[in-house]
Amino acid sequence: MLSIEIKVEALHAWYGNDEVLHGIDLAIEPRSVTAIIGPSGCGKSTFIRCLNRLHETNPGARVAGHVWVGGEDVYRMDPIDVRRTIGMVFQRPNPFPTMSIFDNVALGLKFAGVKDRRRLRARVEESLAMAALWDEVKDRLHQPAMSLSGGQQQRLCIARALAVEPRVLLMDEPTSALDPISTMRIEELVQNLKQTYTIVIVTHNMQQAARIADQTAFFLDGHLIEVGPTSKVFTKPDDKRTEDYVSGRFG
Amino acid sequence: MQPRDMMQTVHPGHLRWRKWKNRLFAGVIFGLALLAVLPLLLILAYVVFRGAPGVSLRFFTSLPAPTGIPGGMANAIVGSIVMVLMATAMSAPVGVTIGLFLAETHHARWQNMVRFVCDVLSGTPTIVIGLLVYAMVVAPSGGFSGFSGSVALAILMLPTIARSSEQVFRLVPVTLREAGHALGGTRTQVWLRILLPTARAGVITGLLLAVSRALGETAPLMFTAFGNQFWSNNVTQPTAALPLQVFTYALSPYDDWHQSAWTGALTLVAIALIINLFARWVSRTRR
Ligand SMILES: Nc1ncnc2c1ncn2[C@@H]1O[C@H](COP(=O)(O)OP(=O)(O)O)[C@@H](O)[C@H]1O
Ligand SMILES: [Mg+2]
Repeated sequence: MLSIEIKVEALHAWYGNDEVLHGIDLAIEPRSVTAIIGPSGCGKSTFIRCLNRLHETNPGARVAGHVWVGGEDVYRMDPIDVRRTIGMVFQRPNPFPTMSIFDNVALGLKFAGVKDRRRLRARVEESLAMAALWDEVKDRLHQPAMSLSGGQQQRLCIARALAVEPRVLLMDEPTSALDPISTMRIEELVQNLKQTYTIVIVTHNMQQAARIADQTAFFLDGHLIEVGPTSKVFTKPDDKRTEDYVSGRFG
Repeated sequence: MQPRDMMQTVHPGHLRWRKWKNRLFAGVIFGLALLAVLPLLLILAYVVFRGAPGVSLRFFTSLPAPTGIPGGMANAIVGSIVMVLMATAMSAPVGVTIGLFLAETHHARWQNMVRFVCDVLSGTPTIVIGLLVYAMVVAPSGGFSGFSGSVALAILMLPTIARSSEQVFRLVPVTLREAGHALGGTRTQVWLRILLPTARAGVITGLLLAVSRALGETAPLMFTAFGNQFWSNNVTQPTAALPLQVFTYALSPYDDWHQSAWTGALTLVAIALIINLFARWVSRTRR
C-alpha cells in the first residue's frame, strides 16, 4: 500500500461570505512533487494556504474540512506547529529587508527558541547548501539580504523555509517573478529537494508542471477537476475541461 | 493606431499650444509654492536677524541675570532638553504600542474609538492639556515640577506618535508578515522581530517630529514646569524651559531681555531645524 503524507478531505474555504474552495479531496505521497495548475483566481493560492493554516490569518477568512499531514490533523494542531511542519515559499522573493543573509535563514530557528550560536550557524549553512546558495554567499553571510539578485533571494527564501526542518514545502508560483536561468535553477532544486521533502507547487507555467511534477492537480473555480500522474493529466486527461486548459484553449 | 494617422489628425499648431499651456501651468504651480514657503522664510530670516546679535558663549552657558547684567539661558536649554527626553521616554512606548494596535489588530470598534480620541487630543488646545495636568499631577503632588511639565509634553506628543507609527506599520508589506507567520512565528514575534525593525526608520522619524513640536510648546508648561531662574537639578521642582523663558523675557519692559528673548527664539528654531534635518536623514538612510 502506498503511504500518504498529505491527505485533504472535503476542504472548503471562504473569504467573508465568498466560498472560494468547494470541497477539495486530495492525497499526496511522501517525497513527491505535486503541481497545482489552473487559471488565475481558481483558488490555487487559497488551497495551499489552507494547508499551513495561513489562510485563517486573513480577517474574515474561514475553513472547513480536514487536512492531515504525516497522520496528524492540521486543524487540531497549534497553528505555530503546523507552520513549522509545513514551510512556504511565496510568489515574489520576500527576504526580510532589514536583516542579513544569515539572520534571514536563522530567524525561524530563533522563533523556535534556538539560541546556541554553533547550532544556528550549522543549520544556516546546511539550509543554504540545500537551497544551492551556500557557495554564492558563504563569504558574505552578514551582508544585507537585499544585496542578492532576485533568483538568489528566492533561493534564500527556500533556505529560510528549510531551516526549521519542515516535512512539507509549499511553493506559490515561486518562479513567476524570475528570469529563465533563475527559474531553471529553482526547478533543479525542486528535483533535489523532493528526495527529502514533500513538495506542493502552484504554477502558472504548464511546461514547468510537466518538467518537475510527479502528480498534477487541475483546479477550476474552486473545484478540483482532475488529479493524476502528470503525464496522464497532460496527455490523456479524463475531463474535457482539463484537456481544454492544458492544450491552451483557455486560461 | 499608426503614427502617420496621428500626424494627420493632430494639427501641428495644437501641439505647440499644449506645450505652452503646460509650461504656463508649471509656472503657476511653482509661483504658488514659492508664495506658500515665503512666510516661513520670512520668519526664519527675521528670527536670525533679531536673534543673532545676542548669540554668545555666555548665552548658552550662564543663568538668567537681572536686567543690566549680561546673562544667558543655559538652565532653560538644559531644562527643555531634560523635560522633552523624559516626555519621549514616557510617550514613545505608549504611542508606538497604540500605533501597533491600530495597524495590526482587528478590533474595528475599539480602533475607531482610539483613533477618534487621538484626533481629538491632537486638536485640543495645548493650554487645556496644561490645565489637565495641573489638576491631575501638580495639585495632588503639591507644586510645580519638571516632572509634571514632561507629563504634559508626553500627552501632547502621544497622538502624533500613535498616528505616525500606525501609518508606518501599514506600509510594511503583508508578504513580510506572512513570511514570518509561515516560519512559525507568533504574532508577538512577528511584531517584534519583523515589523518593528522594518518600520524602525519611519517610527523614529515620527518620534523626532513629535519631539521638535514638543520642544517649542509654551502653554502646557505654564502651570506645570512653571519656569525657574536658577538651575533645577531636581525634576520635582519648578524647571526652566526655553519657550517659557522666551515668553517671560518678551513680555518684560527691558531691551536687553528682549534681545535675549530673540536669541532664545533663534535657539528654538535652530534646534527644531536640526531635529527635522536629522529626521530626514534617518528616513533616507534606512530603506
Ligand atoms: N484576501 C482576499 N480577500 C477576498 N477574496 C480573495 C482574497 N484573496 C483571494 N480572493 C479571491 O479568492 C479566489 C481565489 O483566489 P486565489 O486563491 O488567490 O487564486 P489563484 O491563486 O488560483 O489565482 C479569487 O476569486 C480571489 O478573488
Ligand atoms: Mg495565486
